Amino acid sequence: MSTANLDPTLNTHGAHAEHEEEDHRMFGFIVFLLSESVIFLSFFVGYTVYKTNITDWLPAGVEGLEVREPLINTIVLVSSSFVIYFAERFLHRENLWGFRAFWLLTMAMGSFFLYGQAVEWMGLPFGFTDGVFGGTFYLLTGFHGLHVMTGVLLQGIMLGRSFLPNNYAGGEFGVAATSLFWHFVDVIWIILFILIYVWQ
Amino acid sequence: MSNASIEAIAAKSGQPFPGAPNNWRRFFSFSTDHKVIGIQYMVTAFVFFLIGGLLAMVMRGELITPEADLVDRTVYNALFTMHGTIMLFMWTFPVLNGLSNYLVPLMIGARDMAFPRLNAAAFWLVPVFGTLLMVSFFVPGGPSQSGWWAYPPVSLQNPTGNLINGQVLWLLAVALSGVSSIMGAVNFVTTIFRMRAPGMGWFKMPAFCWTVLSAQMIQLFGLPSLTAGAVMLLLDLTAGTSFFDPARGGDPVLYQHFFWFYSHPAVYVIILPIFGTFSEIFPVYARKPLFGYRFVVVSSLIITVLSAMVWVHHMFASGTPSWMRMLFMFSTMLISVPTGVKVFAWVATVWGGKLRLDTPMLFALGGLVCFLFAGITGVMLGAVPFDIHVNNTYFVVGHFHYVIYGATVMGVYAAIYHWFPKMTGHMYYEGLGKLHFALTFIGVNLNFFPMHPLGLMGMPRRVASYDPEFAYWNVIASLGGFLLGVSTLPFILNMISSWILGKRAPANPWNAIGLEWLIPSPPPVENFEEIPIVVSGPYGYGSDEPLVANNPAGELISEHS
Ligand code: HEM
Ligand SMILES: [Cu+2]
Repeated sequence: MSTANLDPTLNTHGAHAEHEEEDHRMFGFIVFLLSESVIFLSFFVGYTVYKTNITDWLPAGVEGLEVREPLINTIVLVSSSFVIYFAERFLHRENLWGFRAFWLLTMAMGSFFLYGQAVEWMGLPFGFTDGVFGGTFYLLTGFHGLHVMTGVLLQGIMLGRSFLPNNYAGGEFGVAATSLFWHFVDVIWIILFILIYVWQ
Repeated sequence: MSNASIEAIAAKSGQPFPGAPNNWRRFFSFSTDHKVIGIQYMVTAFVFFLIGGLLAMVMRGELITPEADLVDRTVYNALFTMHGTIMLFMWTFPVLNGLSNYLVPLMIGARDMAFPRLNAAAFWLVPVFGTLLMVSFFVPGGPSQSGWWAYPPVSLQNPTGNLINGQVLWLLAVALSGVSSIMGAVNFVTTIFRMRAPGMGWFKMPAFCWTVLSAQMIQLFGLPSLTAGAVMLLLDLTAGTSFFDPARGGDPVLYQHFFWFYSHPAVYVIILPIFGTFSEIFPVYARKPLFGYRFVVVSSLIITVLSAMVWVHHMFASGTPSWMRMLFMFSTMLISVPTGVKVFAWVATVWGGKLRLDTPMLFALGGLVCFLFAGITGVMLGAVPFDIHVNNTYFVVGHFHYVIYGATVMGVYAAIYHWFPKMTGHMYYEGLGKLHFALTFIGVNLNFFPMHPLGLMGMPRRVASYDPEFAYWNVIASLGGFLLGVSTLPFILNMISSWILGKRAPANPWNAIGLEWLIPSPPPVENFEEIPIVVSGPYGYGSDEPLVANNPAGELISEHS
């Protein structure tokens, strides 16, 4: 194979090497989230198959699920998606304190959601091993809850990093990814809420 | 270019030898170089290939006589379970990941994968879950006996009552292997989308990279479904839920859906990169452009999409309603169309070419022949009435071993020989290579052809003993199996001795076209002195058009050419 030096000025050497990994992170993260959503999708499909096929769906003595508390939780979680959006906007305008305030508010709302879910779980008259209904209910809400927990944790890390010197000069990826993750967790919850609480 | 001239140039310009440092220790260390990781993957996978092969030898030893005299039935169950699991999760996936890891960045003109550290982490999970799987041989009750598909309710049995048992370890290992594969898939997809060299448009990318992209996209949308099923099965086994336990209201068929929604497409994760290998190798040794390059590429994408729509053909005998069986029979037949397009393209590429029958070409041709045979039996199996008849007989075992040994393992060998000079900087021994090919090709056909008549006669699979009327073909199959075991010896000998003693390899020993052949063998740490600027497609055999507009090897090769 011959090589021809058509244009010796075309030399990209060195331009690529350094921060390549950073550039591709967001793309990779989105690919990852797409893949993650298939796990949730599988659980949702499983839930639907069970619910439409099993005759004694609810365990004996269980009438149905209380919707009021989870609805409040839903409203809080959905609103937090807007709050985190504003936090990001503040960061882009380089208003660090605005960012921190709204970011902290998001964390508080996420924690409220987790607290609400814990309270709900404790009051429920059925457990993880009470038939397929009990199993799927706790599996779905638990797996989602784990994601909320991860989200709050990531938010905490990002908040901490905002106090380090020289941030956020190169730290925006973490903020953007955390916020994307949060929207993702939010959308999943909406589907989950409809599937489990609305469609009873 | 000869090695002497490389060293002469290096000496003249005061540079050290530009190939990678010839220090074998780095293959045992944590490295983020995709080339090191690629070889680490391949060597690790090969070790497990040998372990899985030993288990197969024991099985074939058992099957030489109709009675279950060598091992008892529970041991036999454990043997085929672990054999299947190791061969798929510990050999095929890792070895192909390794090959892709080594080649993709070189072929697209990148200095490394998009996420080098993630890449290393994904690799190091392989020995971790491999160890987990090996540990299960030694826990009370022994390893899992429920087959590599782990269907409940069989997989839910736990006679020892221990929380840590073979099945639980098996599930953990499979889940970890899923995590590793997802990490790999994110990396490959990002790399191929974002890091192609300037000028390398989608339709200038080598067919191999296309097949890797397709295969990794299947991992991304298929694996999560297996993970979901595995998590639920694990909870059933350990936490008292009843998702798949029919005795407590669960639905075992749902598990089959989760399982096959991944595991059918997974066969394309395996075979697509092999298709890619064929597409790279045939043009070189036939000295002709790949026939119908665009069709070859597009058919990979069509296979990717269709692969997600055929899984129920594994469940024709699982009480699936008739209308669904017809639907999936149709989609299964449909997938043979893009596959046929590829086969046609390879045949047309080889047809009338000036064939050079070096070892890589022999393996590729042998693999193609086996694949053709497997394709015919596969279409037969896709037909519902036929499948109902031979389901769970040796016909199925014969079919998939032609795919998996005949096409896949031979395809991997073809690739290893073809790129061995590039990877190691040394030539392999052609005589040993040809011996290896002859033993493998004869072994595959002796071992796996008899399974077809056996299946048609009605010999069930997964049995340690059988009716004496099946003895004749089983003896032949066992001899073939042992021959396959022997066939790995010249390969191992060849790899080790030629890596140490083999003749130094020039940058482009095959006179092939492709970015990887423009740089020294083995490639330097950063692959390219200058990122190549691609100006033409990868299969320009017989044309004078240059592949690149600059010289990716820097000083080195331009002085020579
Ligand atoms: C020397 C080569 C080999 C021999 C002699 C061999 C032999 C066998 C035997 C006897 C079984 C049990 C069949 C049954 O009872 O159902 C089996 C199953 C299996 N083998 Fe192999 N095998 C070989 C290579 C491979 C390779 C290279 C792979 C994968 C890359 C592989 C994948 C499998 C799988 C997935 C199963 C499970 C089959 C099932 O679903 O029932 N084998 N093999
Ligand atoms: Cu299939």
